[in-house]
Amino acid sequence: MNFPDIIKFVIDLIAVLLLALGIKGLSKVRSAREANILAAFAMLLSVVGLLSYYLGTSGIPAESWAWIIVGSLVGSSLGTLLAKKVPMTSMPETVALFNGFGGMSSLLVAIGAFLFPFNELEKGGSLEPFINDVSISVSIFVGAITFSGSIVAMAKLQGWLSTPGWTQVKARHFVNIVFGVTSLVAFIYLISGNISSIWLLVIASSLLGIGVTLPIGGADMPVVISLLNSYSGIAAAAAGFVVDSQLLIVAGAMVGAAGLILTQVMCKGMNRSLVSVLFGGALSAQSTATSGSGEYTNITSCSVEECALTLEAANRVIVVPGYGLAVAQAQHTLREVTKKLEQNGIEVVFAIHPVAGRMPGHMNVLLAEADVPYEQLKEMEVVNPEFPATDVVLVLGANDVVNPQAKNDKSSPLYGMPVLDVQEARTVFVIKRGMSAGYSGIKNDLFDLPNTSMVFGDAKKVLSELIGELKDLGVGEK
Amino acid sequence: MNFDSLLWVLLLGSLLGLELIGKVPPTLHTPLMSGANAISGITMLAALTAIIKAEPNSPLLIIGSISLGFALFNVVGGFFVTDRMLAMFSRKPTKKNK
Repeated sequence: MNFPDIIKFVIDLIAVLLLALGIKGLSKVRSAREANILAAFAMLLSVVGLLSYYLGTSGIPAESWAWIIVGSLVGSSLGTLLAKKVPMTSMPETVALFNGFGGMSSLLVAIGAFLFPFNELEKGGSLEPFINDVSISVSIFVGAITFSGSIVAMAKLQGWLSTPGWTQVKARHFVNIVFGVTSLVAFIYLISGNISSIWLLVIASSLLGIGVTLPIGGADMPVVISLLNSYSGIAAAAAGFVVDSQLLIVAGAMVGAAGLILTQVMCKGMNRSLVSVLFGGALSAQSTATSGSGEYTNITSCSVEECALTLEAANRVIVVPGYGLAVAQAQHTLREVTKKLEQNGIEVVFAIHPVAGRMPGHMNVLLAEADVPYEQLKEMEVVNPEFPATDVVLVLGANDVVNPQAKNDKSSPLYGMPVLDVQEARTVFVIKRGMSAGYSGIKNDLFDLPNTSMVFGDAKKVLSELIGELKDLGVGEK
Repeated sequence: MNFDSLLWVLLLGSLLGLELIGKVPPTLHTPLMSGANAISGITMLAALTAIIKAEPNSPLLIIGSISLGFALFNVVGGFFVTDRMLAMFSRKPTKKNK
């Protein structure tokens, strides 16, 4: 090892260490922000290490500098712009877009490395050509799936794409198998030296990404994004084999493992298996045909005014925020309501289901944005025993996560899913636009219970009316 | 590095990832996903290597540059967006009175 090699080795080692510490730190609320900055610094360090290595050895041509600067400036300024502008409620699709671009990067660099090999320039390059080709092919395959899948996921979450009915037919599995087999054939051709099959591989794997993602329902999308996030790590690791970089391999492998764990956690929270998410199609399309449909017999609806009166008389209120609240962007209005109640001496707690919001943990982010103190957010296991001692529960845009069927009805598709036991409270108000079912498409037995009242309307509108009613009652004014 | 050492690196890196991420509270799942996603943009190193090693006037320069742009979009945007989310958690209650 000569001097530049040693320097690069040490820098890479430090970068890996900092990245690992960064990921670890991200797992604790107190250290998370610093950890994120630490990881960003590690990335910067790795770039500095790489550039100074080449400056100290082969040198970097002026032309290369120009392209490096153009690429970096355009990419990072557009990324920064999006990151600063995007509303917090759109986080899932933003992460999907970022992830797709990461996949695109791996895909492009692999295509470039294949069409214009640069490893041969290295004298006595240690990578054997075969392994080089396999790594490139893996990088293309995974990169293309990550890109096309993430873009479809983003478009669906944005509402640009719906779930077309024809994607729900069983024949789609056949189509996807054709795409998969075609990719495999192109893969084999490619590593046996048939250069032109690269385009077949790119097209077939992109179509596979689309074909697998398109039939999946919107609510299952976070699971898919998390899985695709894992893929982009794998694509990065494969690219690491191409350019012979341990740092890339380690970082890619860590992200790949992270995505897998997260995916598993999300599936558990929704009582879905990964297999059924990927191959089961949109849940609603299935279950309406099979079971769980049924008429509501005992719906009580009430006015905002009644709701305000009951709230005023309460000692203890639990708010159950869900997907609908996130979509209506009503978290700030909700915070105003709870502030008023607190000023009147009413204890307010937020019950957070593990998959509340549009992603696990998303609801916490949204409520934090609205200045809800961290201590008021309680997780399901903690809050469930507290419902019997609670006067009023406000269910806002949550549906399946408060369905007692999951506990009582063994024939229900929801059976076994962890739910919040809101029906144990004295009064439950469900604020909802109409009687439509949750994403599972299943009737919610909670709505039929005698202690449940429905307040129909858009979450944001109902909450602002509630503020007005509470004001009239003199709540929160001292 | 020879191939089998690189495979060891892959294996140990994966195990490290499983260990590091196994114990995250649900609150942090979205920020963590976003942060991990930013780190996956580490392919920028591969793009940089390609640009540096490209022959003069090779199309690889352009491909590498576009790839670098995509990767940095992912990295820089990802870290900023993660920071935005985490900044909300660390907001102190003292800021409550408007």
